[in-house]
Formats: sequence, structure tokens, C-alpha cells
Amino acid sequence: MSGPSVEKGINFIREQIDAPVASFFSSCVHCGMCAEACLFYTQTGDPRYTPIYKVEPMRRLWENEFTLWGRIKSTLGIAKKVTEEDFAQWEELVYDGCSLCGRCSLVCPVGNDISGMIRKIREGFSAAGYAPEGLIGATTRAITIGSPMGVRLPALKAQIGHVEKETGIEIPLDRAGAEYMVLLSSMEIMNFPEYLQAIARIMRQAGRTWTISSKAFEATNSGIQIGASDLARELVQRVVDAAEELGVQTVISPECGHAYTAIRWEGPNLIGRPFKFKVRHILEVLDEFREQGLIKTRGKEQARLTFHDPCQLVRKGGVVEQPRHLLDLVAENFVEMTDHGAMNWCCGGGGGVSANERADELRLKAFRQKKSQLDEIGVETLVTACANCRITLEEGLEEYEMDIPVVGLTETLAEHLVEEDQEGQG
Amino acid sequence: MTAETLLTWARGSAFDWAIGIFVFGMVLRLIEVLSLGKKPDLAEGRGSGVKGGLKTIVTRSIPRASVFAREPVRITNGYVFHVGFLLVLLFYGPHIEFIENLTGLSWPALPGGIIAGLGMITMASLVLALIFRLRNPVLRHISTVNDYLAWAVTLLPVLTGYLAYSHAVLPYTAMLALHILSIELLLVVAPFTKLTHMFSFALSRWYQGYQAGYRGIES
Repeated sequence: MSGPSVEKGINFIREQIDAPVASFFSSCVHCGMCAEACLFYTQTGDPRYTPIYKVEPMRRLWENEFTLWGRIKSTLGIAKKVTEEDFAQWEELVYDGCSLCGRCSLVCPVGNDISGMIRKIREGFSAAGYAPEGLIGATTRAITIGSPMGVRLPALKAQIGHVEKETGIEIPLDRAGAEYMVLLSSMEIMNFPEYLQAIARIMRQAGRTWTISSKAFEATNSGIQIGASDLARELVQRVVDAAEELGVQTVISPECGHAYTAIRWEGPNLIGRPFKFKVRHILEVLDEFREQGLIKTRGKEQARLTFHDPCQLVRKGGVVEQPRHLLDLVAENFVEMTDHGAMNWCCGGGGGVSANERADELRLKAFRQKKSQLDEIGVETLVTACANCRITLEEGLEEYEMDIPVVGLTETLAEHLVEEDQEGQG
Repeated sequence: MTAETLLTWARGSAFDWAIGIFVFGMVLRLIEVLSLGKKPDLAEGRGSGVKGGLKTIVTRSIPRASVFAREPVRITNGYVFHVGFLLVLLFYGPHIEFIENLTGLSWPALPGGIIAGLGMITMASLVLALIFRLRNPVLRHISTVNDYLAWAVTLLPVLTGYLAYSHAVLPYTAMLALHILSIELLLVVAPFTKLTHMFSFALSRWYQGYQAGYRGIES
């Protein structure tokens, strides 16, 4: 028997079935290639992690209700229905065993956007209450406190104070009419304040005006990860309201992957209208500054280093060349991993996996994919542009006793700014 | 019933029914998909969705290097089957004649011996595909009755065609009747199995390609 919550889950999944989804299920030939692109399968050998299998409950619902043959079977009572047991069984596959990295979508020979469907099926699972505790907690904190890690404004203000003291540059809070509104991830506020410091120094050198909103400084969106569009919409709306109130031209998404997907692509679709401002990832903005000659750097990193492409930037976001241009400015010994760029392997922590403690063991197992990529090229430094990747990479490297420091690209760039003549200008 | 009457039926009303079900079924499937619609993308785009969609319809025929490296035999086998099947279907003399009778269109044929060789290669690739499906843990896990049914109705026309050509089993007339009936089985089954991908692959590639083109991302 299906309880009421399962019915709600099924309704939510049904709402997600549109023409693209129907075309994807119509075209799937069960070739299994998506498994070969998925780090959760390649590193475990468990066929349940085959990406298309993760959306099997959605496929069944589609077949039963949206195809002639399925309707005939349903009428005759011989169709296999989606049950509460299915929700219980698939929850782990849908959340723990998928980082929404999108690699499967790029290899499917019939062009199925499988990771897009996993994002969609999560709407049903979260509505039915079949979602991991860790993600439910993060989402609840995001809605009630404003940050999945529980970071409040006073904590941000304290960090701002530290950065101002250290750099001598004023961090403008709630400045109306600024060109840019900078968003931050909680991880950057708490663990990587060097990001904020780098932004302050780069903006000063580029001579651009910017601000942080005290009402909407958090960029991450747990609603997207857990698959709850109503909550995701509320989180996006906060940013939109703040940006429109301050009248900024561009909102800058920080070094975070899914935050960019959330505000750049899902955002306008969630609130049901285009934004009145532009949304850019910090790497897009920095590369624009570089092109316009607004960034002056000196000296280069001598360490052999590589760049880990965050999935949501490189595959879902189309930010591929920008980090390479920027690294060119400041790195002497930059090497690429095999499968870099659009086919880069995920760190394993995206799509809410890193917020889901239950998945820790699986995530660390999946990390061996990244490990083998790194072992192949033997680097001394790993650069990335996502605070969540950074934490996940650090944990993975520690687990496998690999001594490679992980740094953010923005701060690496800032370390090479020529700024003697600007000191004291604030 | 004699072989001749069976052949007459296979070529006559059975064929009309099979084609009718095939066309009705495929159009229905298309309507089932398209009628669900798709919301417009309200995010600021970077490029052309149409260009991306058209491009992806073509480029998805080529595998990504890193996946090909993991499964070279399976992927190559997929190509061998599709190319072999299409060459036999479209370049065997009697097939062209049959199509000419229906549509008036005609083109040069390949020699029968080459077609027979291609038919054997196509069957070998199907057998290999079945072995993969039965032995590979992923394929075994995701396969259903549907996959084996689709496999069987695809093999039968190639097998019966080869046997009719080689006169190996049964008198020619009887084998030819079975060959035509096996094609009709394929036509009837296709719209209700994964064989719909023969048309819908363009739709699914289009949808992913359209979004990617509009957003300026790889696909």
C-alpha cells in the first residue's frame, strides 16, 4: 500500500515528465554506456549505480501513464507500479550515488540528459520524504537561517572585519548602485576567507564598484540539491530581491559549482521570469577583466599544478576556457589531467553528496577516480574554483595520503597582483 | 496452406497491416512525446538552441574518446550492427526493387555476394551484442524482456533473408514468405519497444542539444 507521502512523491515526479523526458525514455536502448561515464559505477562496479537505472521509477511512471502500451497494461492491471518500497530502495541511488555531475548526459549515444532527469526525480523523492537527513538539515538551515551551514550575518560581518583589517580595503555592504553584487558560499565565509580578500584586492585593481548584500549573501542553494523547487525558488528570490533593490548590473556567483547552476540557469526558470541583472561566475568576470587589461600580475607559480574543473561550471555552465586563460597569467607549469574540461571526472561531492554524511564511505570510494587522474600527472598543487570541490578534494587526498595542497583560482590570481601603487587607496 | 498462398498473404494484406500499425504506432509515439510540451528557458542564453540541437543530432553518433577507451569492442560492435543492417536493407537488389514498386525511387545495388557477407557480419554483431547483454553486469542488471524481444525481432529478418538468399533451408518461396513475415513482425513490434529509437534518437539528441546550444555548453 502506498501512503499519502508516496502519492505526493509520485505526483511530483509526474509533474516533471515533459517532452524531453518522454523522448529520453523513448530512445533509451539500454546500452549501458552511461555506467562507464559514472564514477559511482566505475569505482564500485555495482550496476545499480548505472545512471539510467537511477531514474527507473520515473521511467515506469512514464510508461504506465504516458504510453499506449503502458496504459493498456495499467488498465489490465499487469503494469508494474511505483511503490513505497521503490522510494525506499532508490533513495540511496538518487542521492548518495549521484553528484549530478552530468558526465552520463554527455556520453549517451541517443542524447539523453540523464543527470537532468535525476535532478527531476529528486523532486518526487524529497516531496515523499525520502531524502537523506544531512540534506534535509542543510535545506532547513538554508531556509530558516539563510545558510546551509548556519552562517548568520554577524559571522559574515566578523569575517569582513578581519579582511578589512588585513587588506586595508573597505568591503562595501549594501551599497546601492554598485556594478557588481558578490555572493559567497558559507564554506568561503567560514573556511576560505582568502576568497573574499582576493575579491577585494582584484576589484580595487580593476577599479570596479561592488557590494555584498546583508539580506542575501549566500550563494548556495540546497533546494536545488535536494530537489525541492519551492524552497529553491525562495532562496533564489532572496538574491533577486536584494540585487534589484540595490540596482546592481551583475550578480557574481562565487567559487561554487551548483550555486552557479542555481542562480544562472535554474533561477529565472524557478521564479518564472528573466532577471533584470546579469549573472556571471567569478571566473567569467575575472577573465573579462583580464581581456580588458584590468588585471596586472607579476611572477608565476613555479609548482607543477593542474586545474580541477567543477562539473557544474564545465559541463552545466560552459565555463571552460576562462580558468585556463587565468592560469596562463600566473602559472609556469600548468598541466592538464586526462579527461580535463567538459569530460572531467567529478570529485564525488557535488549534488548534495558532501552534505550527506551517510554517503561518506561511497564518496571516498568514488574519489579513487580523481586519485588515478592525479596519480597519472603527479602535480604539486591542485587548483579549483569551487569551495565544495575543494573540501571534497582535501578530504579525499587526506584519505589516500596524498600530499597535494588545494587552492582556489581567484586567490591564486590575487597573490600575483601588482598593487604597490594602490596601497592606501582602499 | 501452400507456400505460395502464404507468400501472397505476406506480400498482400499482412504487409498492409504491418505498415499501417508501424506508421500509426510511430506517429502515436511521436504525439505522446511532443504533446507533453516543454517550458521555455527563461535564463539569459549564450547561443542558438536550434544550432545546438541540429549539431548534436549529428555529433552524438561519435563516441567520446574516454568512454570509447573503456568499451572499444562494445561500441565498435554497435557501429558494425547499424551499418551492416542499413547496407543490407538499402543496397540489396530485390530490396531496392521492392522499394521502387512502393515509391518509384531507385538506386544502384551492391552485388548479392557482398550483401550475404554483410548479412553474416550483421548477425555476428547481433550475437555478440546478446553475449554482452547476458554477461556484462550493467547490461544484465538493466535489461528487461523488452530488450530480448527487440533483439529477436531484429535478428529474424536478417537470418531469414540470409537463408532465403543461400537456399540453405526450406524451398525458396517458403523462406521468402517467412522473411517477409519476420519483417512485418519487426514493423509491428517496433513502435512499442525500444526500437522506437530509430526515430526518437533525433528528438532526444535535439532536446539535449537545444538546451546546450542555448546555454553555450558542450553537448
